Amino acid sequence: MNGNNKSIKTGLILFVLFLTLPQDANLCVLPAEQMRVEHMQLLNVWRDDVLRTGDRSLIEIDGKRYPKSLQNACMKCHTSKKEFCDQCHINTSVTLSCWDCHLSPIE
Amino acid sequence: MDKKRREFLKIAGVSTLAGLGGIAVAERFVSGASPASSRAETGVEPGLGSSQVTNPKDTTPTKRLGMVIDLSRFKNDPSLVGKVISACHTNHNVPNFPDEEDAVKWVSGIDYEIAFGEQSPDYTEVLVLCNHCDNPPCVEDCPTRATFIDNNGIVAIDYHRCIGCRFCVAACPYGMRSFNWRDPREGLDMNTLNREFPTRRRGVVENCNFCAERLGRGQMPACVEVTSEARAIVVGDLNDPNSEINIILGSTETKQRMPLLGTNPSVFYIV
Repeated sequence: MNGNNKSIKTGLILFVLFLTLPQDANLCVLPAEQMRVEHMQLLNVWRDDVLRTGDRSLIEIDGKRYPKSLQNACMKCHTSKKEFCDQCHINTSVTLSCWDCHLSPIE
Repeated sequence: MDKKRREFLKIAGVSTLAGLGGIAVAERFVSGASPASSRAETGVEPGLGSSQVTNPKDTTPTKRLGMVIDLSRFKNDPSLVGKVISACHTNHNVPNFPDEEDAVKWVSGIDYEIAFGEQSPDYTEVLVLCNHCDNPPCVEDCPTRATFIDNNGIVAIDYHRCIGCRFCVAACPYGMRSFNWRDPREGLDMNTLNREFPTRRRGVVENCNFCAERLGRGQMPACVEVTSEARAIVVGDLNDPNSEINIILGSTETKQRMPLLGTNPSVFYIV
């Protein structure tokens, strides 16, 4: 009985901690609705900025700074290619060439 | 009956006119307003997404990065060539194919005689890489402008645009470009990849990118870093008269590969 109480208490504490933990990076570079429609254009702009014009300036969101990069920025938060990319693209039968070269996170 | 028909025609005529006028006004309104509003909404410049590519001659690079390779340092420590190759290739996920016909190389060590077209009693192996020429034939020949000179004077390739025609491979008099005959991931250990940098795919040409991604992060190129103890390689801006590289070039006798071709290589050798 005592042991049960203990585990319930620790569970409760963990639960409260989990709820109050600061969720890092709630904001993306654009609002979600816009990202859904425009992410491919944005990625092209980033590509041309970094590669062609040499503008590697960092993007600041919520005090955190990110490089203009699919591999080193997007996929650092959205860590699952299966859930973040494939789900929609398979559904809409869009074939990508991104992952021919860019490395997706290890899942 | 007649009167009704007359009235019907009147109403029909007026409403047609109103409709046509309305469409014209609406069109004018929409065409005038939309570019500004869409730009405000997305924050993305219109047209940029369609990957406009500037002509390499349109913009004059403000910088021209160059490299001085001191061959005597490489002679003192022959292991340096191997160190440079492995540092470069692991940094950029360059595949390793045993068959020379499939090989992809960003840097390599070749005979002095092949590199400079003359014999030397002093040196055998010379470290060679893309010369990042000031007047690059590969850029002239690229039909898709996939290869171009960037702001730092680096001859870079946009692998998204490369169609794999290999004109640039034929154009480069130094043979410093490699074509991906095979899927490069077949020649890479997927567990030891540099996950900060992409691989390439089958059917594109690749070359040394002067570590543009490392320079962007404020780091030195991998080959410079790995030979920093021996101070065998120095990089710097050739357009800046006070840069270390220009001081070295002014005080030491150096050599470029095949200078008579007029490509004006940015890689110099102290022989």
